[in-house]
Amino acid sequence: MREINSEQIKEKVKELFLKANYYIGEDVLNSIRKALNVEKSETGRYVLRMILKNYELSANEKLAICQDTGLAVLFIKLGQEVHIKGNWKEAINEGVKEAYIDGYLRKSAVTDPVFDRKNTKTNCPAIIYTDIVPGDRIELLVNPKGFGSENMSALAMMKPADGAEGIVDFIVETVRKAGPNPCPPTIIGVCVGGTADQACVLAKKAAMRKIGEHNPDPRYAKMEKDALERINKLGIGPAGLGGSTTSLWVSIDYVPTHIAGMPVAVNICCHADRHAHGVLYGNKKDKYSIN
Amino acid sequence: MHTAYYMEIKKINTPLTDEVVRNLKAGDGVSITGYIYTGRDAAHRRLIALLEEGKELPIEIKNQIIYYVGPAPAKPGYNCGSAGPTTSHRMDTYTPSLLDLGLKGMIGKGLRSKEVIESMIKNNAVYFAAIGGAAALIAKSIKDSQVVAYEELGPEAIHRYYVEYFPAIVCIDARGNNLYESEPPKYAK
Repeated sequence: MREINSEQIKEKVKELFLKANYYIGEDVLNSIRKALNVEKSETGRYVLRMILKNYELSANEKLAICQDTGLAVLFIKLGQEVHIKGNWKEAINEGVKEAYIDGYLRKSAVTDPVFDRKNTKTNCPAIIYTDIVPGDRIELLVNPKGFGSENMSALAMMKPADGAEGIVDFIVETVRKAGPNPCPPTIIGVCVGGTADQACVLAKKAAMRKIGEHNPDPRYAKMEKDALERINKLGIGPAGLGGSTTSLWVSIDYVPTHIAGMPVAVNICCHADRHAHGVLYGNKKDKYSIN
Repeated sequence: MHTAYYMEIKKINTPLTDEVVRNLKAGDGVSITGYIYTGRDAAHRRLIALLEEGKELPIEIKNQIIYYVGPAPAKPGYNCGSAGPTTSHRMDTYTPSLLDLGLKGMIGKGLRSKEVIESMIKNNAVYFAAIGGAAALIAKSIKDSQVVAYEELGPEAIHRYYVEYFPAIVCIDARGNNLYESEPPKYAK
């Protein structure tokens, strides 16, 4: 058994949200640089250059990449041999609050969504998905998720007979309908299977898979390639102003589902696919990485 | 300032004149200098409520530009935090009333409704696209930021910015030419 102090959790959560909001991953940078070489639209190339310049500036000066610093989403793998000293949920929310206040990030969370819509002024509550796993460490994947792209996400409860083709059609149609709104070039996370809710959660996680890494199952990898190819033939382009770069990547994950169903969730992420990963061992060996 | 990124940039100043607006074509790269106002849905809702009550607006809207943005807080030593555009269609129901009062320009991102475009044609107004996700870069062109109304709305309050060479693209011009409609088909296969 290993003891991890809630104070360490708070500090790590804060550190990761700051990193995610200031620094974009190398995979996104490389992917946009590559797109710049092939983008046919002059306006499209202008947009891509501005985006790259913005990433450079935000990293150099520690500024929010985007003013929409999102809702604070965390995917956590909690080792079952870890004993947490202090309050787990409070520590995570305190970490979020400190990151958003001390880091000059925008607080975008509102209380009741229909009537009051009152800003909580802390960007809390955090949205926390915890998976209890073997081991004695805590792995954190934090994801500040902006709503320009979140608003364009979609769920379809498809029929098993719709098959791979039906799924790819739905992905492409979701991106087409989103048009310029989710800040293209986008990154598309998809999860097939599970229940409606599980598919949605895992689609968001899929959007954080490294660009360039296909699903290890070649059948799903083919769907990813087909979907990306068709999306980039839509012509939407950078910022939706026309061009051949509409999405940078499509990641499709799957989980077992019911005999009668085939849920498909599509989570759209803007080019600023912000996430940071860190591990807590309960000692000074803690490390982080942006991806 | 941003000319290195684009073939040609038209420099324009606020307040806008009818002549300047008429001469802007969808697809033009522009850099905007002068005062502009910010506003998102919460501020728009309040402005329209005032109009419905027959009251005066807290800002002079004639010939002005509204930028749809909710900026991040400014770090010490900065004029403004990251300030990229928000999705414009949330303002669509409120926009025609403001255009009727003489609003000449809007900066945002994403599609506009048929009603907004018709009102833009009727009132000779223009819609600029700013680049979503270029928020830190855009903030460099914001030289001064003052809250002029609804301070309690925080990032959604109406700010008056002084901008220099604010980079944008004419997305829908006063004749209704719309890049979101005209450009994608050229690259679709």
